[in-house]
Amino acid sequence: MSAPRVALFATCLTDTLYPETGKAVVRLLTRLGCDVDFPLAQTCCGQMHYNTGYHDHARPLARDYAATFEGYDHVVAPSGSCGAMVREIHPSLCGTSPAVERTYELSEFLVDVLGVTDVGAYFPHRVTYHPTCHSLRMLGVGDKPLSLLRAVKGLELVELPQAEQCCGFGGTFALKNAETSTAMLADKMRCVQDTGAQVLSAGDNSCLMHIGGGLSRLRTGVRTVHLAEILASTEEEPWASATR
Amino acid sequence: MGVRNPVTWLGSPVFPKAAHEALADTQLRRNLRKATTTIRTKRAGVVAELDDWERLRQAGEAIKDDVLANLDTYLVRLEKAVTARGGVVHWARDAEEANRIVLDLVRAEGADEVVKVKSMATAEIGLNEALEAGGVRAVETDLAELIVQLGDDRPSHILVPAIHRNRAEIRDVFRRGMAEEPASDEPRDLAEAARRHLRRKFLSAKVAISGANFAVADTGSIVVVESEGNGRMCLTLPETLITVMGIEKLVPSWQDLEVFLQLLPRSSTAERMNPYTSVWSGVTPGDGPRRFHLVLLDNGRTATLADQVGRQALRCIRCSACLNVCPVYERTGGQAYGSVYPGPIGAILAPQLAGDMHDEQAASLPYASSLCGACYEVCPVRINIPEVLTHLRAEAVRAKGKRTPEAIAMAAAAWVFADPKRYEAAQKAGSLSRLLARDGRIKRLPGPGAKWTDSRDAPAVPKESFRAWWRKNHVQRS
Repeated sequence: MSAPRVALFATCLTDTLYPETGKAVVRLLTRLGCDVDFPLAQTCCGQMHYNTGYHDHARPLARDYAATFEGYDHVVAPSGSCGAMVREIHPSLCGTSPAVERTYELSEFLVDVLGVTDVGAYFPHRVTYHPTCHSLRMLGVGDKPLSLLRAVKGLELVELPQAEQCCGFGGTFALKNAETSTAMLADKMRCVQDTGAQVLSAGDNSCLMHIGGGLSRLRTGVRTVHLAEILASTEEEPWASATR
Repeated sequence: MGVRNPVTWLGSPVFPKAAHEALADTQLRRNLRKATTTIRTKRAGVVAELDDWERLRQAGEAIKDDVLANLDTYLVRLEKAVTARGGVVHWARDAEEANRIVLDLVRAEGADEVVKVKSMATAEIGLNEALEAGGVRAVETDLAELIVQLGDDRPSHILVPAIHRNRAEIRDVFRRGMAEEPASDEPRDLAEAARRHLRRKFLSAKVAISGANFAVADTGSIVVVESEGNGRMCLTLPETLITVMGIEKLVPSWQDLEVFLQLLPRSSTAERMNPYTSVWSGVTPGDGPRRFHLVLLDNGRTATLADQVGRQALRCIRCSACLNVCPVYERTGGQAYGSVYPGPIGAILAPQLAGDMHDEQAASLPYASSLCGACYEVCPVRINIPEVLTHLRAEAVRAKGKRTPEAIAMAAAAWVFADPKRYEAAQKAGSLSRLLARDGRIKRLPGPGAKWTDSRDAPAVPKESFRAWWRKNHVQRS
């Protein structure tokens, strides 16, 4: 059987601000036997426009997505939020397409499509995990990310109190209602700090940018690391993630 | 249009501004966190007891959708049934008309004071104020509504309108507003004080005014569910009963009630069954009120029904489950929404009933959400609140036009995203933000970005984007 052709949908945020996460996905999926490609025609799924009320701007981006990712066996995004935008919202904007139907959030792809929970990773740190709202409530990834983390060698997973409460990011909400967003963030950070974890992980760089931005502002010393970067890390090749 | 729709409060600031004030109130934050956390946990417990909860939700959704699709038929059926059982049905296009109908009915009875059952519909139309202007005093008999009324306050929750008050604050309100002040701030003493205060009102009132949780079209039966029994006093003691009901509160038959009487108490008070369920059909000689009037209220509902996405808000049974799980509501409280309908449901219902997205305050409500989806998850009638929120945001954007700074920025972003070459050029230009950064972090962004860096560091755009790395390291295929 030949290797599945997997397109990486990096998302504009990760492509632009967190290239290390994209590299981690490539390394991880290649290690697991996938033939990974990054179609350069991709830009953005249109979520920012859609969620802010600019549906007419989101529509052509949704169409571009369907064209860009046509012809791959699977499309994988290191984001529950952008994955949900594609799977749950794109069909309402411009109908469904093979690309939309074959799009997966990373943890879904690993567990449901590749059928693995132990990806051979090594990450000797105390880690807590924040389940992002759209991965949880729109995609329904459930405890797939946690089962992946539990199988990581050396990793000490600590439970995050009130984990399912939103961190307060919410896209343009973080700017339009900055004070409410910050109040939500304050409670999330308190929960993170209560765990005593060195690392906060999640499947969405957007939420991590928000929580990590707060943690760094308060100089808590807690680092934020995308799930993909933890899973890419091995004993032979530890992942040297960029600081956030 | 005549008078302004009072569903949103005149003079309320836009949501971010109202939230700014609410967030500064640490007492409010504590009261709300305690109350919402308690009820959230209890709700999850009683819902988990039912293994057919998801099917109940689907049934609730289906029944309400059928009602909304055939509203005209069911309303006429209800009118016939109520009339046949000795009630009188009135139709009110808007708040002004409903208030006038009620005031005329009260005057016809020669009453200058009425007792009220807790009712969202009458709060929505500002009935108390309208009665007051007409020389009639309305006495709220629901304990929480009484606290709000005596404190000259505004409600902040659908089910528990005084949720923002703690015991000590309630005692102060009672001290000022009652002839006999409560012995202490123990719940028992507070309840006793309210009981003494209200008992006199129940015994002297000639007219009662209620809302309705449900109305059964087949039999013309009206249903009110409550916890205290004060509602039942109002529904049974006075000679005349006037019920104001939104036209969407119908269910076709008694069989349909079974679904909602399971969904509502578990979702609202986190009880298996509510303590008091009152049902009446027209009038019954020798038992209860001698005259019954039913005022069917539109007030923006027909317009909402015409919106294919927005109409699902009319399924709402006013349980408040969405408020209790909402992370925004928990921080800002209900008054920040500037409407009797706060929280996630208020953010989609109030602007639709108000019907004017040119109103800045109403247009700010659909943005009062991080779109986390917790509301949709608990809604007993499966209203996809995030879907309606984004739908209404699109309406707000349309109303504001294409010349706002935001609209221009969004158009520019869309232009950049439309072409990978432009997008890559923008990435390269953005990476100059490195110049603002220390250790990869930016402490202060200029312009609108300052809203971000007021509380959060921002990441600098790295020198090399992912796609630049990919191009360098991977042979281009096709």
